[in-house]
Amino acid sequence: MNRRALIVIAVLLAAACVLPFLVSNYRTFQFTLVLVYAIALLGLNILTGYNGQISLGHGAFYAIGAYTAAILMDKFGVPYWATVPVAGAVCLLVGFLFGLPALRLEGLYLALATFALGVSMPQLLKYHHLEKWTGGVQGIVIAKPDPPFGLPLNPDQWLYYFTLAVMLVMFFLAWNLLRGRIGRAMMAIRDQHIAAEAMGVNTAMVKSLTFGVSALYTGVAGALGAIAVQFVAPDSFNIFLSIVFLVGIVIGGLASIPGAIFGAIFIQFVPNIADELSKAAPWAIFGVFLIGFVYLLPYGVAGAIRMLLARLARKGQNNRSPAG
Amino acid sequence: MDAFFHQVLAGLATGGIYASVALALVMIYQATHLINFAQGELAMFCTYLAWALINAGFGYWPAFLLTVGLSFLLGVAIERVVIRPVENSPVLAVVVVFIGLLVILNSITGWIFTYTMKTFPSPFPTEPLFGNRFISSHEIGAICVTLVVLLLLYAFFRFTPLGLAMRAAAQNPASAKLVGIRVGWMLALGWGLAAAIGAVAGMMVAPIVFLDPNMMGGILLYAFAAALVGGVDSPGGAVFGGFLVGVLENVLGAFVIGNELKLAVALVLIIGVLVVRPSGFFGKVHVTRV
Repeated sequence: MNRRALIVIAVLLAAACVLPFLVSNYRTFQFTLVLVYAIALLGLNILTGYNGQISLGHGAFYAIGAYTAAILMDKFGVPYWATVPVAGAVCLLVGFLFGLPALRLEGLYLALATFALGVSMPQLLKYHHLEKWTGGVQGIVIAKPDPPFGLPLNPDQWLYYFTLAVMLVMFFLAWNLLRGRIGRAMMAIRDQHIAAEAMGVNTAMVKSLTFGVSALYTGVAGALGAIAVQFVAPDSFNIFLSIVFLVGIVIGGLASIPGAIFGAIFIQFVPNIADELSKAAPWAIFGVFLIGFVYLLPYGVAGAIRMLLARLARKGQNNRSPAG
Repeated sequence: MDAFFHQVLAGLATGGIYASVALALVMIYQATHLINFAQGELAMFCTYLAWALINAGFGYWPAFLLTVGLSFLLGVAIERVVIRPVENSPVLAVVVVFIGLLVILNSITGWIFTYTMKTFPSPFPTEPLFGNRFISSHEIGAICVTLVVLLLLYAFFRFTPLGLAMRAAAQNPASAKLVGIRVGWMLALGWGLAAAIGAVAGMMVAPIVFLDPNMMGGILLYAFAAALVGGVDSPGGAVFGGFLVGVLENVLGAFVIGNELKLAVALVLIIGVLVVRPSGFFGKVHVTRV
């Protein structure tokens, strides 16, 4: 990371910190969801963008995280902050176990298996033998946490800062993971899995671990999302949630960490604006953007920004040395 | 025993619908080696077209035929306009385009026809045939329609020059091109046929589940399971798989796990087949050259 990137991050971080004092509580809540989605999208991006495994069912892991948090808070009285790591751990395990058979599936078939998981998730959550825990169709209502230590914040603002802190930690960890040995192994498998294996990458292990880590991120996001929304119900975790995540990483930019944030902003605010047109409009826009981005901007907003910066840099060089 | 018999027959009826959708999936898979995630929504959209035609005053069968024709054109158009540009792209790009199509078809239908449920007429008499207690006329009719579609398809691929050209284009595009077959158009025709088959399946299932933009979600999943069980590149296998999945779903749902977990049957079948025997019962085993 060069100095310029650090300055940009510091400025953005400062802006993110003062944001809750500038906007209404409802907007603060919406920005909390942006942070939540950013974590989930980063999780999906680690799997799909960096490792090349397509998942159309990440809404299921989000649901598991959300339900883990809600059940722990509602039935066991666990404090909200403690549910987040538990949700992550549960999803890591589930993701790893799902990743094991999924290892044998390539591209399209993995997409199919995860699609099936995403479609059947609401039904599994409604299952009547689990109703004692999950609350069945009604779901679970949870209380909004109050700011601790007598901080002069309202609950919405506190939740925003709490989520922001978790997000920063998760992003830092992901950045560290992806630029290291494991990250390079992931990308090697994505680009040329046979060659990667020949180079000594333990393909099976890396792939299922990536699945686990990806599920962990999405599960943490699910837990934070449940705390922010204060409510979980089976039908909010249908296949369209998984598709929203896919929209997020395609628009934000595949294999890009900042892309997760662009994607999160898109999936949070575009439906809000489009809703005024018609109930179907957000989805029509999502669909058109999905296809449009595949044709025109395959690396999403993050890729477009990268390209723009590279072009500007080149122009700067050209001006300095006219011969070039 | 009566209850069991009834469930098996009902399973065969829904199985016929899964078989049709699975067949449509296999059509596209054979031609392009892609699994069309938008197949269900395409069928749903075509069923709405039929509903609109019937409401505009057409009789059932004219509307039926017109819908099949329109669906065929729609399928060809989608292949030419939307799928063509990503034909040789990585899998992820193609899957994303399919999902985009799914979402667009779903939302456009909701936009035009609203999200309220609609009833869809059945062309078959309401009282059971021959006074039997086990199966309704619509269910028998749906099975028959499925079998007729199958027979027509078989005859088309087996006995017509165009069918032969399509098979050639799917099996060996390079050689097919060399003998003068327009491979691109054969793929488009495959899409058209798949859309038409899907439309028939949609019109057969709509009287049972009612018409709403999300009606095909579960059916698509069963069709995936059916196609995989039979072998995703085998049309006969898809039909066998469809009937098998239909019966399994009904019998297991009624006697073993309850109706609440029916979709989980599809999930387990899909993952089970993919892990244990990815080529299904009748599919070819794939070998990749390094």
